[in-house]
Parts: sequence; C-alpha cells; structure tokens
Amino acid sequence: MDAVTLARWQFGITTVYHFLFVPITIAMSMLVAVLQTMWVRTGKDAYLRLTKFFGKLFLINFALGVVTGIVQEFQFGMNWSEYSRFVGDVFGAPLALEALLAFFLESTFIGLWIFGWDKLPKKLHLLAIYMAAIGTMVSAIFILAANSWMQNPVGTVFNNGRAELDGVAGFLEVLTNPVFLVTFPHVIASSYMVAGGLMAGIAGWHLAKIRRDGEQRPGDTGGYRSAVRLGAWVMLAASVVTVITGDLQSKAMTQVQPMKMAAAEALFDTERNAPFSILTIGNLDGTEEVFAIKVPGLLSILSGHEEVKGINDLREEYETQGFRQFDGSQTSIQAQYADELAANYPGLDPMPIVPVSYWTFRLMIGLGMIGAAIALFTLWMTRKDQLPAPSRLWTWAMFAMPLLPLFAISFGWIFTEMGRQPWIVAGVMPTAAGVSPTASPAEVLFSMIVYTLIYGGLAVIEVWLFLKYAKAGLPDVAPVELQTDPDAPMTFAY
Amino acid sequence: MNILLETVSVPTLPMVWFLLVAVLWLGFFFLEGFDFGVAMLIPVLGKNDRDRRVVVNTIGPVWDGNEVWLLTAGGAMFAAFPGWYASLFSGLYLPLLLVLVGLILRGVAFEYRSKHPGTRFRAMLDWFAIVGSFLPSLVFGVGFANFVIGLANDGLLWNGSFWGLFGPFALLGGVMLVVLFLVHGSAFIALKTKGHIHERAEAFGGRVGFGAAVLVALYVISQNVFYPATSEFGDFSLAAWAAGIVAILAIVGATLMIRKGRDGWGFILTGTTVLTLFIGMFLRMYGNLGFAQDESRPVEERLNIITAASSDTTLTIMTWAAVIFVPIVLAYQSWSYWVFSRRISTKNIPEEVSAVA
Repeated sequence: MDAVTLARWQFGITTVYHFLFVPITIAMSMLVAVLQTMWVRTGKDAYLRLTKFFGKLFLINFALGVVTGIVQEFQFGMNWSEYSRFVGDVFGAPLALEALLAFFLESTFIGLWIFGWDKLPKKLHLLAIYMAAIGTMVSAIFILAANSWMQNPVGTVFNNGRAELDGVAGFLEVLTNPVFLVTFPHVIASSYMVAGGLMAGIAGWHLAKIRRDGEQRPGDTGGYRSAVRLGAWVMLAASVVTVITGDLQSKAMTQVQPMKMAAAEALFDTERNAPFSILTIGNLDGTEEVFAIKVPGLLSILSGHEEVKGINDLREEYETQGFRQFDGSQTSIQAQYADELAANYPGLDPMPIVPVSYWTFRLMIGLGMIGAAIALFTLWMTRKDQLPAPSRLWTWAMFAMPLLPLFAISFGWIFTEMGRQPWIVAGVMPTAAGVSPTASPAEVLFSMIVYTLIYGGLAVIEVWLFLKYAKAGLPDVAPVELQTDPDAPMTFAY
Repeated sequence: MNILLETVSVPTLPMVWFLLVAVLWLGFFFLEGFDFGVAMLIPVLGKNDRDRRVVVNTIGPVWDGNEVWLLTAGGAMFAAFPGWYASLFSGLYLPLLLVLVGLILRGVAFEYRSKHPGTRFRAMLDWFAIVGSFLPSLVFGVGFANFVIGLANDGLLWNGSFWGLFGPFALLGGVMLVVLFLVHGSAFIALKTKGHIHERAEAFGGRVGFGAAVLVALYVISQNVFYPATSEFGDFSLAAWAAGIVAILAIVGATLMIRKGRDGWGFILTGTTVLTLFIGMFLRMYGNLGFAQDESRPVEERLNIITAASSDTTLTIMTWAAVIFVPIVLAYQSWSYWVFSRRISTKNIPEEVSAVA
C-alpha cells in the first residue's frame, strides 16, 4: 500500500475510534450535570446516587476520549503535512481555539469535579461539571467548523500559494458555514441519542434484574426508574432533532457536494422525482439489479430538489467545467484555485467509492431509527409502575439502545468523509496531495500497528471496567460535606 | 561571520506569535515537567501501594490541565506557523510517535489505576505512568537539543536521518531533561506532601539535584559555546548566556533549599531552572524555528519565522483570542491549584481502592 492509502486508513482508524468516546463525553457530561442539579435542588440521596453512578461511567469513557484525542491534534502534521501547510492559515485557527477555549475548560474543571466533592461548596462543585460539559460543546463547535470547512471551503482565498482566510469576515464565514450550522446540531443531537440510550439501557437492565432478584439496596427501583425514563425520553427527543437536522444536512450537502448525495443513492443518471432505495441487491450501478425496495420520489425530497443530478452527469460536469456546487456556483477558493487544480491533477475522477457511500448512509439512518424505536419500546415497557420482565430480548434491547446510535454515528462519519473523496478540501485539494512526503509508508504502517495494538488493548480494559461498574449498580453514598480535617481520607483518590 | 550579517527584519505579528508559542511550551514544561517527574518517581518514593497513591494523587486533579498546554502549543503552531507545524511534525515522525504513545499510556494510568483493586492491574498501570512519562521527557530533551543544533532541511521539509538525531549534545539533552524533571517532580512532591513521602522526596531531590546541576551546566555551556544564539535574525547570545547561567544557579540553589527543607523555594527554583533553560533554547531558535538556515539562499526561500507564518488576518484574530482567553485560563487553572493546595499524606488515602466518583 502507498503512503496515501496507509495515512487514510490510519486517520480512519484513529478517528472512528476516538469518536466512539466523544458522543458519550459530550452528552453524558450534561446529563450528569442535570442529575447533580436535581440533587442540589432536592437534597435527595437518590439523585446523588445516580450522579455518582453515571458520573463514574462517564469518567471511564472520558479518559479514553482524552488520550486518543491527543493523537488527533498531532496527526495532521505527522501524516498530512502538505494539507496542514496549504490550509493551516484557515484550518489551524479552529484547532488552536479548541485547545485554548475548550480543552483547558474541560480538563481543569473535570479535575475539580472529580476531586472537589469535599473541597468545594455544593453549588461551586456543580458549576464545575457544567463548565466541563460546556467545554465539550465548545470543542465540538470548533472541530465541526473545521470539518465543515473541508466539505465546503467558505471564507477563503487562494493567496501566496495557499489557502488564506478572506479577512476577518472570512473567519466569520467559516464559523457560519451553512454546512457547519446544520452539522453541529446533528452531531450534538445524535450524541444525546447515545448518552440517553446508555443511561436508559443500563437502568433498564437493572430494572429487569430487580424484578428477578429484588433490590440490592433500598431505593434502587426508584433510582433506575428515573434513569430509564429520563434516558429514553432524552433519546427519543434527540432522535427527532437528529432526523430534522439530518434532513437539513442532506439538503446542504446536495448543494455543496452534489456528488456525495448522488453516491449516497448510487444514482448514476440524473432523475426527476428520484426514488430512494431502502436496499439493493446486485450491482449498485443498476446494471444488474436483482432486487430493490424503492420509495418513489423520496430522494428528491431528501435533497430538496425535484431533479437530482446523477454521478455520470456530475462527472461530465467536472471534466468540462471543474468542481461545481449544485446550482453551478463555486466558493472563492474553488474558483481561484481551479486552474492550478486542473493543471496539477489532470484526469482526477471526482467520484467517491459508491458502495461505501450507499451502504454507510443506509446503516447510519437504519441503526439510528431502530435505536429510536427501542427507546419508544422501553418507555412503553416501563410505563406507570411497570417493571420489565427479564428476558433475552430485553437484555439485547438494553445493550442495543446505546450501541446502535453509536455505530450509526460511526457510519455517519465514514459516509461524510468517504463521500468527500477524492477531496481533502472539497473542490480544491485532492486527498493524495495532502500527505506528508517525509513519512515513509513503512513509518505510517508501523505507527498504525502501534496505535491499533494500544487502542485494542485499551478497549479491552475500558469495556471491562465499564461493564464492571455498570453491573455493580447504584452505589451507597455518604453525606457530602466540606472537609476541614487535614488528615481525613479524600472522598476520591487515584 | 554572523556578526557581519545584515539583520533580517521580522514582521511584528510573527514575532509576537513566536513569543506566544514559546510561552505555551514554557508553560507546558514548567507544569508537565513536574508531572513527568512525579510519575517517574512512583517506584522510587513509593514502597507500597498506599505510598504510591500519595505520589500519584499530588498531581491527580491537575495533570490533565497541565497536558493541555502541549495541545495548545501544538494548535498554536498549526494556526500561527503552519509551515513549522507541518515540517516539524512530519519530519520527526517516529520521535513524535514515542511521545504520543507515552502520553496515551500515562493518561490512562492515572484515570484507571484506582478503578480496580488487583495488584497486578495497578502495577501494570504504574508502569504505564512511569514509561509514559519517561519517554516524552527523553524525546523532548533530545528533540529540543536538535532544534538548538538546527534540523537538517531542504528549505521546506526535514531531510535529516533518524539516527542523526542522537548526537552527543542531543543525548546530553535527553538525559539532562529526564534528571531535571525528576528533581522538579521531587520538589513538587516535597511541597505537596507531609510524612514519610515528604521526607523521601526531599532526600531524593537533595541528592539528585546536584547531578541535575552538573547536567544542566554541561548542557548550557555546550549550547552557548557551540550553538550561540546569534544569527541574521538578531544577536541574542548574551541573553542566552544569561538565561543559561540563571538556570545553573537556580538548580544549585534549588538543591540547597530542598536540603534545608525549604520546599517552596526549592520548587520555585527548579521551576526557574526549567523556564530559563528553555528561554535560552528559544532564544537560539528565534527566527530559524529550530531549522538549519542555508544562508546562501534568500530568507524567503528557507523555512523560518517569515515563510512559515500565517497571514496577518489569522494572526490578528488569534492574537485577540489569546489576549482574552490566556488570562482567563491562567486564572481558573491557578484557582484549581489553590483548591487542592493542602498537603497530603498516607492518612488521606481512603481505605477502599475504588471509591465512587
């Protein structure tokens, strides 16, 4: 394999892995903050037990998010030096701002929250988890603004042989990129699907166990019931927002990356009232369609255009006019860089790998939908004072509730990044042009093996610890008060 | 002769950002320097698990925030000097991989070590912390020594050899930084603990401090004799000598203070050593960014502070962000140190291993 392919695999592996921890970090931090708020307001031990229980699970997950995030920050320079050099003027700023505004906030206040139970007044301690939760959101803002710029490079001019911000107004354009404005709520909402599902899944599993074995400690039933209801409602509400923002996203995508939408449907020829196929067996280019389920007109609705451009027509358009958005327009840098691009990369095929786009798009939607259905099912099974009966189906459902949306998110990212190909910056820079000339294929392969082994080992430890604490259930809690005795044991210590 | 060279005028914004990047690296080495030292001292100061928990918990609430200084330094290099970030990180690929492996292992070690009571599990995680702190300390020491020498390059990309990074001066830099961080870490532990861990930390710092002083002196003298901080970007050789001499005096003073039981002064002085040592190195790197300059070519055709910098627009936006947010970050990070300022001892370690969050 060449350096480009290896560097892409490495980015894919490390990023998908990193993003398994991100949604839980983003949304679980806020849900824990909400639980703690209820405790501070009511003073009820039940909420404190929930806060500590889900707080612990959140932290086990958070640790891996942090350490795998470090790789992300350095990977651009290590494997994608020419990308970094070309776009650093635009792309570097959000990354630096993410570190300065978000990472400091998260890491400092998480430390204060973990160790501060008996050192900070209750309300100040509560503020710490909110600050950390806000930090995760700010982090999402900057990294998604950076990613959206790769999909739709606005606010940028071609100057001094590289991409440069088009003045302060250009920076504001990057932060108000239409792709970013719909991607941010989509990512946040889908994160809440995962965290809500996780809370409901763990609590639901315990409820069935209580029905079989009885309570471990008094108050368990009430605690898990609050968690299962809260989690499932959060997941259901988040599903609705995810669907709405996903629809807006597909319209934005059709406009700025028409090829991505065409590949998502494997639509080779431009069609009016284009159908959306649920699944296809056979060749995706329609030459050997054995079996297909199609919803008439749905693709046209999803894309927001009656006539949806097909891959063949878009390819021909690229060959004759260069990269164009759906309405034929270009961003400043797409227009300014076009000659250079045509001269340096003649014969570039603007089509992504169609089966990958087609199937990841469907897996994203399908798994998310099934997840939402399980949330609904869970709400029904726990209505009024009902306890779910222990069964294999129930256990499966409780495990699937967080995992399906989590995998849906992975597929969503694979779709959006693989669908962007062959571009690293849509319509401007081909992916192959961004790779580091000094990193040899052997070095990239070696580091990929190292990361994969370490990540694999850490995954085993993580899942084992996570399940251990999830199974242990709601903890006993001691009264929380400020500690004045300098020799008293800490409430929490590593 | 360098003295005859005309001084290149560097635009204000790249100059400011070189300063800011240097400040971020200094902050990182000052803070994470003692973190690295503390973790490397786990087996030295901790005879049993309770002891080791005292050592780890001196940095428990703050290590993550300290590490963010590195991420911010990296991010700031990306935003302000894309050419620097791109050429450096892609060039020193394998050394950086070692740093990342170390940082991954040590981060997990702190967070997970008290989530399970098994002694083998905890021993494994302690090794993660020790190795994960040793590797970055060593690599940064070797790396910065190479920046002082000037990395080989073709005007854009690094073109040296991997084994060429391990010359005598570079190896001295690696060993020096590991030992200095050990002493810096022991000074921090002495300041943050009481009881027998406190005494062991003092004993360690008071002994090894002299070794660190010898290494720092060797490093400073070699740097300023063989690689004086003077180039067409300006003559900072006197300032670099001054910073280096302060570093030597500070580490000697720190050792004496630690021996006298003056923990506060001991820590301030090891910190001063770290800061002045790196100030000396950044003075040498001013303009060239740690890359060798082929002075037969015009400044615009080489990799340096002028060619690697971002546009004025980006640098202006980033300057505003830094002016507003760096003080805020400093304020809340300092506050977190104040919250956890109380000394700890084995009495503060809870009985059960996995106390709930």
